[in-house]
Amino acid sequence: MSQIILFTIITLVAIGATAAIILYFVAQKFKVFEDPRIDQVEEALPAANCGGCGFPGCHNFAETLVKTESWDDLFCPVGGNETMAKVASVLGREAIEQAPRVAVVRCNGGPEFRPRTNVYNGTPNCAVIHSLYTGEGGCPHGCLGEGDCVAACNFDAIHMDAVTELPVVIDDKCTACGACVEACPRDIIELRKKNKKDRKIFVSCINEEKGGVAKKHCSVACIGCAKCFKVCPHEAITMENNLAFIDSDKCKLCRKCVVVCPTNAILELNFPPRKPAKEEAVEAEIK
Amino acid sequence: MSLKTFSRGGVHPPEHKLSSGAAIEVLDLPEVVIIPVSQHLGAPAKVLVNRGDQVKVGQLIAQSVGFVSTNIHSSVSGKVLKVDKFPDSSGYRRMAVQIQVEGDQWEEFIDRSDDLVRNTVLTGEDIRKKILEAGIVGLGGATFPSHVKLMVPKGKKAEFLVVNGVECEPYLTADEALMTSKSEEVISGIQVLMKGLGVEKAILGIENNKPGAIEKMKKAAEGSHIVVQGLKVKYPQGGEKQLVQALLKREVPSGGLPIDVGVVVFNVGTAMAAYEAVMRNKPLVERVVTVTGKSLAKPSNFKVRIGTPVSYLVEKAGGLSDQVAKVINGGPMMGKALSSLDVPVVKGSSGILLIDTEEAKRKEVLPCIRCSKCLTVCPMGLEPYLLMTLAEKGLYERMENEKVMDCIECGSCSYTCPSSRPLLDYIRLGKAEVGKIMRARKAV
Repeated sequence: MSQIILFTIITLVAIGATAAIILYFVAQKFKVFEDPRIDQVEEALPAANCGGCGFPGCHNFAETLVKTESWDDLFCPVGGNETMAKVASVLGREAIEQAPRVAVVRCNGGPEFRPRTNVYNGTPNCAVIHSLYTGEGGCPHGCLGEGDCVAACNFDAIHMDAVTELPVVIDDKCTACGACVEACPRDIIELRKKNKKDRKIFVSCINEEKGGVAKKHCSVACIGCAKCFKVCPHEAITMENNLAFIDSDKCKLCRKCVVVCPTNAILELNFPPRKPAKEEAVEAEIK
Repeated sequence: MSLKTFSRGGVHPPEHKLSSGAAIEVLDLPEVVIIPVSQHLGAPAKVLVNRGDQVKVGQLIAQSVGFVSTNIHSSVSGKVLKVDKFPDSSGYRRMAVQIQVEGDQWEEFIDRSDDLVRNTVLTGEDIRKKILEAGIVGLGGATFPSHVKLMVPKGKKAEFLVVNGVECEPYLTADEALMTSKSEEVISGIQVLMKGLGVEKAILGIENNKPGAIEKMKKAAEGSHIVVQGLKVKYPQGGEKQLVQALLKREVPSGGLPIDVGVVVFNVGTAMAAYEAVMRNKPLVERVVTVTGKSLAKPSNFKVRIGTPVSYLVEKAGGLSDQVAKVINGGPMMGKALSSLDVPVVKGSSGILLIDTEEAKRKEVLPCIRCSKCLTVCPMGLEPYLLMTLAEKGLYERMENEKVMDCIECGSCSYTCPSSRPLLDYIRLGKAEVGKIMRARKAV
């Protein structure tokens, strides 16, 4: 009896020892060296694994940060400048600062402005509708309202407004990771420069049709009249394909374009109410 | 002996062939037509006319660009009102020519007599040229330019011409009407296509729910090398791969075309168009369209000019009633709902279907219960439930490995699903993405 136990123990110890020796040499042979700094950098990153930087996850981004010389195209939009500074200090390098950005929905065609001409009762998915037809409002560029962007957001920063049936971005939660931009089949969402107090001026329309056609679908469509383009003192507005575009990096938030737009397609958000006298003055200046 | 049919999958939806037996009625001309320049697969044709030009029926108004593209002819005579973008059946605006109808003046070269022509002295080469010039495309719905199909690629050989008279979509009867009323012409058209293709044998497949058409075609085909074959009723037998399998027991390889197994498939409508193009010099300017639906006073088969507004057709068939919830362009299985009736009939329009409120009701979408019904009915042997999940998750590379590109979008999976899951919607979405990925890879 005791012999059997002894034999078992000896056999197991022998197998264990042999395996340990083999494993030791194998481990030596196939040793993978990983720069310890990669882990340190990864710790400094937000661990959101959202893909906003263009890499599959934070680890891959950390690896690239450590290995590449030029950081020109590398930025963590979620962590922003603070995180990038932390990463730079870990690696003893200089951080590149980028202006913080925020997602902006460039369609204002709620049912009030864009009458629904038909009823869709199929699969509630924007990409599916986009592949089938122009949507309930008939505008080939307008928001389809099924919330592909909401489903794509990892930060709970976007929701559908029950009244306007359009997505609303919560600026404080938005990390500008770009997941919604990617998810929108109509490319309505744009990442724009974040201004003080979340102030925003943008053309809330991406319709490239001729003015008359665009207006037929939606009363707040950009009709490409170029009035804003003419009035802008900062050359921030460009006209292309019957559509005005305000470059958020050049815009100085003077609000002159908002007043001249005949269809109210240019929105100003989070500004204090205008003083009536000042408004008149602006109008007088234009005339 | 049991009837022939394809071996894998398939469903049998209620047939509802309401307009069966209705003769082809030639519609009066509408006031205005809109003729899109892209009515076919491939590159849109280049517009040749300007605003204010006078055109005649059969005049070339847009020219084919490249090999996979085709000519577009005016279907009416009159004045060009506008060359601009107009909404197509999806609502998106595409380039089209709008013509105000004035009288009905045809080009002189078109032979408008009714005499039957059975034989032609033209060579295969001449036939192919005439078909290219006449702007013939596959009239079954896929609208693939016919001249491309007639050019057999090097290293491959066509043995059989298979003619598709299946019309497996419920409700539609346009092909049936054509076969019963113009059987001699269709047979002559098939012979033209055989000559153009350089084959000796042709088989015409017709589903058994059209006994009148089978009888007429058999009679007309007597003494020719054309075999008329009755088939068991099963959807989607009109898919070319399914039809080849049903008639010849040849399986088209994954990613391949029927020509890979020595077969070329044409629709009976295309055969008729080929007959008119070759024997009568008539370009493709009109086609037979079924206008049907349970609420319609007069479900009909109309012969209409290309570019006629759908609203005009519906009106002529009895008009819209309050019960109509949806108007579908095509059949109930593969057709798409229209968001407006102000869209034109194009070369690929085989039917306009009015759906009642009751029929249009959608059932609640429930979770997949893994019953595998979709696998059983898929005629291509795919796994629809899996493809849908992969599309939802955006796993396109895996979809490619699961052969999503073989999907013929017949909708049998969505039709059969007991949980009413929108399988095809998502598969189609994934297919488009995989297509993009594959094209990008090719471009590199």
